[in-house]
Amino acid sequence: MAGRNCLEANDWICGAYVSSRAQDLVDATVQHVWITVVSVAIGVVVAFPLALVARRWKAVAGPVLGFTTILYTVPSLAMFSLLLPVFGLSAAVVVTGLVLYSLTILVRNIVAGLEAVPEDVKEAARGMGFGQTRQLFQVELPLALPAIMAGLRIATVSTVSLTTIGAIVGYGGLGNLIYEGMSSLFKAQVLTASAICVVLAVAADLLLLGVQRLLTPWTRARGGARRRVRRSVARVETGEVAA
Amino acid sequence: MEAIPQAWTWLTSGASWSGGDGIGVRLGEHLYLTVVCLAISCALALPVALVLGHLGRGGALAVNISNAGRAVPTFAVLVLLLLSPIGQDGQWPTVIALVLFAIPPLLTNAYVGMREVDRDVIESARGMGMTGWQLMRRVELPLAFPLIMTGVRSAAVQVVATATLAALPGGGGLGRLITAGFARQRTYEVVGGALLVAGLALLIEGLFVVLQRCTDPLRHRRAVRRGRRDDSADANPSGPFKRWVTE
Repeated sequence: MAGRNCLEANDWICGAYVSSRAQDLVDATVQHVWITVVSVAIGVVVAFPLALVARRWKAVAGPVLGFTTILYTVPSLAMFSLLLPVFGLSAAVVVTGLVLYSLTILVRNIVAGLEAVPEDVKEAARGMGFGQTRQLFQVELPLALPAIMAGLRIATVSTVSLTTIGAIVGYGGLGNLIYEGMSSLFKAQVLTASAICVVLAVAADLLLLGVQRLLTPWTRARGGARRRVRRSVARVETGEVAA
Repeated sequence: MEAIPQAWTWLTSGASWSGGDGIGVRLGEHLYLTVVCLAISCALALPVALVLGHLGRGGALAVNISNAGRAVPTFAVLVLLLLSPIGQDGQWPTVIALVLFAIPPLLTNAYVGMREVDRDVIESARGMGMTGWQLMRRVELPLAFPLIMTGVRSAAVQVVATATLAALPGGGGLGRLITAGFARQRTYEVVGGALLVAGLALLIEGLFVVLQRCTDPLRHRRAVRRGRRDDSADANPSGPFKRWVTE
């Protein structure tokens, strides 16, 4: 088709757009990726202690889960707007909002994953003389990993998609291009940025799935005898579906 | 930080509620869009999910739709619809986007709810000679009710959120107050609009929690069973997370 004319014709798919604005696309994608990675990373760092506290003191569990659910209910545009007077027009508005959203999913899945570790396995660890910290890191966390990773995948995919709303304060990664394209009715820009966004989400999901497979080699061992020995592990593994 | 008291003054002054683009009109638009779109999406998604759940078919579809709903940015869909031929038709791009994003939670929750009904109960009902329709109406639906309502609740909150975003490409609703605030560089309007949106979302969430409790066809029996389960909590240390381990 008309190679050069697609910009003038405002076609949806336009090679000339991609080649002439490659740098814009790369910059927006890089911003999108760092906002997502920073937000999810901070989310994990904050969610872990919260989940451990919620698990240790049952009285705290209700308020912690309730509060994160309330945060999750607030629509994204409102969340970013409410953070605006705190941080001004900066990337901190977007990152803070995204961290708050990821908390809900992460805390819930970490708590559920840890709760699902079978009591007999924990007892065995205690019987072997494991202290609480060692039990947490060497027994409970590995067994809870499938559920935790499922939460991490959901949180990451949602964060990739929500980052676009950051365009309202100018830090939306690919969302900025969609926002610009919306004002100038530039179809190729909107479609290309949206497509890259979906590709990013799918790629992040697959990447985390790969990491999960690497970290939990036992979940792939489905042999008969082994399965019986590892029954407790296999039972936790099914938590992945429920997540 | 002075934006918050200013936002309060703005929210409580009568002048900002009146007029063609005042809070009153925007709130009306938002509620109207929410109710209409939630009704449309329930009418589309629930029958499909209930029948698929009853037949035990299309589980992959339910899961994939909910994953896709998460991966595709709402904002992108709104703008793509605006630039498409439907974009010229007033509210249509907004309505379509709202319905599209309300369907995944409805479909997934209703499907899972129907599938999670105890197989033994279904066997007994069949053994009593119930037809498929009777089984669905008198056994599966009442048992799946809490999850179906959870889906409706998530969908309602999702619709409120999406309707807010619809203001970015020029749709109506409360989000318009936020975008107008940004355009005029009045932080207190942005914050005031955001407070209204957040309040509305929380109100709707709360409303559906209450509605779910009051309309659950098995509410009395569930309360009894829950009481009994609490008594045996010691025997079953995994408590509410038992589902995770056994299923």
